[in-house]
Amino acid sequence: MAPHVKIERGTRTSRIAGRLALVLLAALAAAPWWTGRANLRLLGEFYTFVALASLWNLLAGYAGLVSVGQQAFVGFGGYVLFAAAMFYGVPPLLAIVLAGVVGALIALPMAPLLFRLHGAYFAIGTWVAAEVFRLSFAQVSVLGGGSGTSLPARLVTGIAATRDQRDMLLYWCALALGLGTVAMIYALLRSRAGLALAAIRDSEIASESLGIDIFRTKLAIYVATAAVTSMVGALIFLQKLRISPDAAFSVNDWTAYVIFIVVIGGIGTIEGPIVGAIVFFLLRETLADLGTIYLVILGMVAIAVMLKAPRGLWGSFSHRTGIVLFPLRRRVVHPDAR
Amino acid sequence: MEILNALIQGVLLGGLYALFAAGLSLIFGVMRLVNIAHGDLIVLSAYLALVVVQATGLHPFVAALAVVPLMALTGYVLQRVLLNPTLGRDLLSPLLVTFGLSIIIQNALLTHFTADSRRLAAGPIETASLGIGGGLSIGLLPLAMFLAAVAVIVALEFVFSRTSLGRAFRATSDDAEIAQLMGLDRRHVYAMAMALSAAIIAIAGVFLAVRTNFDPSTGPLRLIFGFEAVIIGGLGSLWGTLAGGVVLGVAQALGAQIDPGYQVLAGHIVFFLILVVRPRGLFPRMD
Repeated sequence: MAPHVKIERGTRTSRIAGRLALVLLAALAAAPWWTGRANLRLLGEFYTFVALASLWNLLAGYAGLVSVGQQAFVGFGGYVLFAAAMFYGVPPLLAIVLAGVVGALIALPMAPLLFRLHGAYFAIGTWVAAEVFRLSFAQVSVLGGGSGTSLPARLVTGIAATRDQRDMLLYWCALALGLGTVAMIYALLRSRAGLALAAIRDSEIASESLGIDIFRTKLAIYVATAAVTSMVGALIFLQKLRISPDAAFSVNDWTAYVIFIVVIGGIGTIEGPIVGAIVFFLLRETLADLGTIYLVILGMVAIAVMLKAPRGLWGSFSHRTGIVLFPLRRRVVHPDAR
Repeated sequence: MEILNALIQGVLLGGLYALFAAGLSLIFGVMRLVNIAHGDLIVLSAYLALVVVQATGLHPFVAALAVVPLMALTGYVLQRVLLNPTLGRDLLSPLLVTFGLSIIIQNALLTHFTADSRRLAAGPIETASLGIGGGLSIGLLPLAMFLAAVAVIVALEFVFSRTSLGRAFRATSDDAEIAQLMGLDRRHVYAMAMALSAAIIAIAGVFLAVRTNFDPSTGPLRLIFGFEAVIIGGLGSLWGTLAGGVVLGVAQALGAQIDPGYQVLAGHIVFFLILVVRPRGLFPRMD
């Protein structure tokens, strides 16, 4: 008789962690009642960086598409929100969703062009694309040209009447977007498409011979990432209430920091970008007074991690202890063995 | 006439872009490494030239005699200490280490030299020009840049085809492991390639410093211009790189004729157009 075996993915740790995460989430969702405006802003910013880092990790760590041009979509999403709200009267919160749709539409024709470049040249190609966005929006005079524009006051008060309500609403949007991004990536990687991605990452040739369409898989990931990145960008500039080409398409803010977060936290893991974002914010809040020296230190930390512990903080920890909070692997479990 | 003048300026500007690109092309050819900090190293060389000129009062072109070996040494050490350990792992490690390096150089320069833009005075050569009839003239400085780019490419071709170092480059590029078995120290060969690349970076940096204003944040755009010249010209071809630089320079000069805001944008657009019609560049040699 064949032994009774089960295929499982969850581990005891992951189930316990799941329950703890629910408690933590409830606490974070209630943050407007237990913390002040400054902390709320900081947490909101933290969630957007968790989302951006997770998205970049999906691209580079899972789909092998190392982009240094994701600021194209952050800025584009921001501008779509401003344009939709100012010229077409779209309510700002709805415009966040709209930014995602338009972001996907613009990424669709860009991808086949950029995919003609490989490896590191793809990376710089995405950067050039982002520069095209920046220089083009600097030419749009109705959006303030090179100096940018602010969201008119009537639109700001249209989100919610008082500043406290607005802060609360935007906080919850950021939490939902950050959480939604991580959940979406987790679900995606556990699905059929996730299996295809893992196969492509391990060997493009072998996976292609098994019938995986590499181009379509990568295209789908690139476009989906662009869509969500645009939504995050829209929210970021809704929080700031002001947009300019240099801020919107900043390679430092939306790509360099994000890459450092992922590398320090652990590339190719779902937990890595979250851990990296925590470290990044702790470093920033403690070393911000140092100014530019802080960025030099950040660059050095990233290089040191890349050379000495390329798995990153979480990757090294997980490798040593076997602890995984978001299990992707399928394991064969013997019922007797438990 | 104005268009013709813009064309000439664009071709000569292409020489500078070919200088940006030659070092990038060289190290990609030898070790498949794309150095994200390439542009920042160019700006670093410009600042080095500034320091030498301020300390000694020498002409910038004479100061280059000090900047070139200094940068070559920097390149050698950089490769041995930071970049060699990343090679052969995956695409990401060298990319991220050079990206980190780029941020470090930019912010270190910012701390030390502030964000003020600087320029090196090169004396009468800046404004001197040769009349070529028809009311057109060629500036001596742009001409010198273009000739320097041609000289650098001729020298590189010579190194690659006629010297034992070039043979080591080609052997390592073809198959690093077998080259190692034949007694070549791969780490040293790579470091020599980076040293040579950094020497070209230094030449480009000195020309950049006398041609335009520069500040710590101007590096990434130099990387992008160099990269565009490499891709337009076709990977692996040094003369193609010069052609790529010229195409980019002309596109920018013509764009600037329409509106100064279109100068850089026109270059990017031509780059993408060439990617559409000739994805392997104008003169491809390498897969």
